[in-house]
Amino acid sequence: MFTPIALEAKNLVKYFPTGHQGLLGRPTKELKAVDGVSFVLRQGETLGIVGESGCGKSTLARLITRLLDATSGEVILDGKDITSIKGRELRAVRQKLQMIFQDPYSSLNPRHSVGQIISGPLEVQGIIPDGGVKKRVQEMMELVGLNPEHYNRYPHEFSGGQRQRIGIARSLILNPSIIIADEPVSALDVSIQAQILNLLEKLQQELGLSFVFIAHDLSVVRHIADQVAVMYLGKIVEMGPSADVYASALHPYTTALLSAVPVPNPKMRGASGRIRLEGDVPSPVDPPSGCRFRTRCWKATDLCALEEPALADAGGGHLVACHHPMEASERAGKPHSDR
Amino acid sequence: MGTAMSLDEDLITTSQQVSVESKSPRELAIARFQRDRLAKWALFVIVFYLVVAIFAPLICSLLGISPYALDGKALNDFGLPKGSFGGISGAHWLGVEPGTGRDILARLIYGARISMLVGFLATLVTTAIGIIVGVVSGYKRGMVDAVIGRITDLTLAFPSLLLMIALTRPIIQRLESFGIPEGNTSRIVYIILILGVFGWVYVARIVRGQTLSLREREFVEAARASGAGTWRIVFKELMPNLWAPVIVTVTLAIPGYVATESTLSFLGLGMLPPTASWGAMLGDSVRYYRADPTYLFIPGIALIVLVLAFNVVGDAVRDALDPKGDRQNIA
Repeated sequence: MFTPIALEAKNLVKYFPTGHQGLLGRPTKELKAVDGVSFVLRQGETLGIVGESGCGKSTLARLITRLLDATSGEVILDGKDITSIKGRELRAVRQKLQMIFQDPYSSLNPRHSVGQIISGPLEVQGIIPDGGVKKRVQEMMELVGLNPEHYNRYPHEFSGGQRQRIGIARSLILNPSIIIADEPVSALDVSIQAQILNLLEKLQQELGLSFVFIAHDLSVVRHIADQVAVMYLGKIVEMGPSADVYASALHPYTTALLSAVPVPNPKMRGASGRIRLEGDVPSPVDPPSGCRFRTRCWKATDLCALEEPALADAGGGHLVACHHPMEASERAGKPHSDR
Repeated sequence: MGTAMSLDEDLITTSQQVSVESKSPRELAIARFQRDRLAKWALFVIVFYLVVAIFAPLICSLLGISPYALDGKALNDFGLPKGSFGGISGAHWLGVEPGTGRDILARLIYGARISMLVGFLATLVTTAIGIIVGVVSGYKRGMVDAVIGRITDLTLAFPSLLLMIALTRPIIQRLESFGIPEGNTSRIVYIILILGVFGWVYVARIVRGQTLSLREREFVEAARASGAGTWRIVFKELMPNLWAPVIVTVTLAIPGYVATESTLSFLGLGMLPPTASWGAMLGDSVRYYRADPTYLFIPGIALIVLVLAFNVVGDAVRDALDPKGDRQNIA
């Protein structure tokens, strides 16, 4: 039951300075991209993080991989906080913590051959594997389903799915234990998405990887994740084992997201009402008081504006941050489908 | 669509596996360049000019001509060359200079030394400064970029030719007081210096713009995520993407600086009189353009051919370095 912890985030916060500033003046406002996110990633498991555009998912990925420096909070890897380490120590951590990027077009240097791209991390880390760099790269290419003969080819000669495989090979060449995947399939065709997801699952089993898998598509996360965290405006609003979250969502936002997932069987469509959220996501520069979702929530009361709901365990490791979580009866029926 | 394409690609590769695997990126670029016939000719022209410039004394002594020897017998009573087309003859293949009777071919060959030296060195200096400033400005952004940007604007706003003329004497004197040999050496140093001071902005602007757009690409983040430092990102990730525009600027800059040297010499601020340079020849020939138009055309054509050759080679190199270039039709 108690699988060892691979990675832990504690109260991660990232504010970006914004607004007008004089030549030497301080920025007037802060964009609260990630505002107090905590989670635990267990070894060999996948944590799916979902949320709509602009909720801070990608920022969170970059905080974990140290591409951005956190305003506050901790990221604990092997019992050590990695948010403030530098230089050689940071470089060593980067070996264990690699990232897969969203856009297979901009994530590969157009002037580098596939061989150069995949071997890049080895070169940076100064590692010469047994049997030579080329052999190792070609093994990696084979592992991710690329033809090793394409070593000297350039990225533009590949399709989107193949390019994403190149990116995956690059992230795996250092033998990392944790992979942060920032929407790795959202730029791909649906048929290719399935191929890449299956590849990631296969790699996870073969190499014992732990994944933080970021997506805006719930059905993609459902396919791959053991744990799911739902983000809204820089905060996690609901988190738990994915079976629980999908079967019995507690936060109204999660319920709304789930109701938007297309149902393949037309006969089933009428049964679950679709909840349409009104309006846009509020600005993260000036988020609503109390619960951040209250401006779009049909269950909001005065309490929601006054007091911010804490992320609390609702049983079985299923956490929710809501004053009025969904009841079982509400989920079964469709009282809000007309909104 | 994607799968269909990848299937096709796999089929193609299996049939051509050996040839595809054996070509490295550099070999491909060279092969692409070699397919461009015009570019090969243009490269030949540039190499020819360079060889001539480097071996000028040897070539002139082999031909039995000298850029300084006066030949009064080749001139008529008005001081103009005897015979048609500026006095072209067996002894003087490109004619003689009006007034002095010096051999134009010899002066052209010696002039190539000065012109090419200034052109190449000035380009080297401006491109080096431009790339460094441009990359730093684009990569660091913020305050650094703002300061460099204002300096760039200021430099561009300066009336550079006017300043070059005005500063000639004081700066040359200063250079000589630092121990740089008097005469042509100090003048060449001055020209390269002043062209460097004003010329880097063009390269820097192009490089900065490219860097700004490149640094936002995810491959830069990917490099950082694998532990790469600023130096590696700049030199290994960004630079290869900057070569194409830089090469084009360079090939335009070299003939541009050759022309600027000519302008300064034409204005009498370049090389000192007995020394031959194309600009000085052009400046001198303007006085005789009615009586002896050939004298004007010869250095002019030499300059145009060089400029053209550089442009053609520049285009071909850029195309050859483009990884999107065709690889199937390369034998």
